[in-house]
Amino acid sequence: MIPTAIGGISVVVVFGLMAWVVTSAAQWPRIKLQFFSIDAMIAAFPRVLQGFWVNMQVWLTVLACVLVWALVLAVVRSLRAPWFAPFRLMVVIYIDIFRGVPALLLVLLFGFGIPALNLPGLPNSGLFWGAFAMVLSYAAYVAEIYRSGIDAVHEGQRAAAKSLGLSEWQTLRYAILPQALRNVVPALMNIVVALQKDVALLSVIGVRDAVREAQIYTATTFNYSSLIVAAALFLLATIPMARLADYLTRRDRERRLQIAG
Amino acid sequence: MIPPMIDIDTVTKYFGEKLVLDRVSLRIAPHEVVCLIGASGSGKSTLLRCVNRLVAHDYGTIRLDGVPVDDPSFGKTGLQKRAAIVFQSYNLFAHMNVLDNITLAPRRVHGQSRAEAEDRGRDVLARFGMAGFATSYPEQLSGGQQQRVAIARALMTRPDVLLLDEITAALDPELVGEVLAIIRGLKDDGMTMMIVTHEMGFARDCADRVAFLDGGVILEQDTPDRLFGTPQEPRTKAFLQRIIASGRL
Repeated sequence: MIPTAIGGISVVVVFGLMAWVVTSAAQWPRIKLQFFSIDAMIAAFPRVLQGFWVNMQVWLTVLACVLVWALVLAVVRSLRAPWFAPFRLMVVIYIDIFRGVPALLLVLLFGFGIPALNLPGLPNSGLFWGAFAMVLSYAAYVAEIYRSGIDAVHEGQRAAAKSLGLSEWQTLRYAILPQALRNVVPALMNIVVALQKDVALLSVIGVRDAVREAQIYTATTFNYSSLIVAAALFLLATIPMARLADYLTRRDRERRLQIAG
Repeated sequence: MIPPMIDIDTVTKYFGEKLVLDRVSLRIAPHEVVCLIGASGSGKSTLLRCVNRLVAHDYGTIRLDGVPVDDPSFGKTGLQKRAAIVFQSYNLFAHMNVLDNITLAPRRVHGQSRAEAEDRGRDVLARFGMAGFATSYPEQLSGGQQQRVAIARALMTRPDVLLLDEITAALDPELVGEVLAIIRGLKDDGMTMMIVTHEMGFARDCADRVAFLDGGVILEQDTPDRLFGTPQEPRTKAFLQRIIASGRL
């Protein structure tokens, strides 16, 4: 009881002091006008919100594609039959390349480069190719997460499946992957949160997402409050996701402790 | 003479450069129970795993009921159906309940319907006193219960041969008895078994024959009475003396 009270009071005191120092600074009124102007925020809000809706749509679409494509990569990499060697090598090269190149560079390369080619039969939108680049980049990370989960499943499970006559694919499908996926949920959640905000990279190729809309407002008014609005919207979305990630991680750890005990 | 159920003929196996089985021969008659004993690293588990090709041997021949285990006539799954194995660490699928664990192979590998597989599954579980645990998950069971489920899983396809790889080594001492009782029951039913074990008391009671492996070679094989009573080889004697000194015989 008393420790809780001390904790609560000290939080109030420290945060109150910080707020007082900041707001009593000589430059505070200028800062407030530049970043926290209520009028500017209200004016920018509808457009930024509309852009944010684009962010969320792109996030969910890219996420779904990443989870599936990365699973394909991880499965190919973990198949052990000798004739899969060239495909395993392809996946290794893929992961090396797309994990090693900045996502921003990929977005620029695909989002500007491919539409400029005007390739017949292929989509021509920067949004499509930008999102495509995000999928390529993120799938490289997620494939490695899946693989760590596959590797973490005890070798005895493979031996049991093999001794029961399951083929290599059946072993993966019925014995290994369900356990591997459960192992990696906490790690995947961090990627989900990271992707949620990284889709804002698409603003650099002109996709009118929250960041782009906020920039457009800033360009006409020289007031940066619109970016604060966009930041607030991102926080509104990412903080609950981060809490969910914490919760899933904790639940996973409790489950493991139970098994160990 | 009855043709052997398992005929291991001058089998050699290397792991990399290391010779783990050196021209091993062993014949096991139908309904016979043979225990393999020996120190860790003597090759007994590897020999067991060669029989159902979890490990592929390098030289020599292993026949199951007259057919070489690498014969194409077994197809991809025929050998596993006829020679089932149970492991030291149970290796039940952690994400599946007991019934799903034991019906996975009958359904997915041997094409049985769910109803057919589950009917048989419940029978087998009932026989091992596990009828009430069909929907339990492995982590909710004791080691002895998990091992009983693993034996049930191995018996689902009505194998001709059961291979047991130190199946009581990971169990708490008070749980060993319940698992060994099942093995005795299977012996009474006439199951052919090849058993790797450190339970010398069990080997003496239950085995028709005991083979002592040392350094990848079967040094000596005989009835349990003779092998434990009057071992011929100095190394067998030394091994048994170590076991007696540790109070395990």
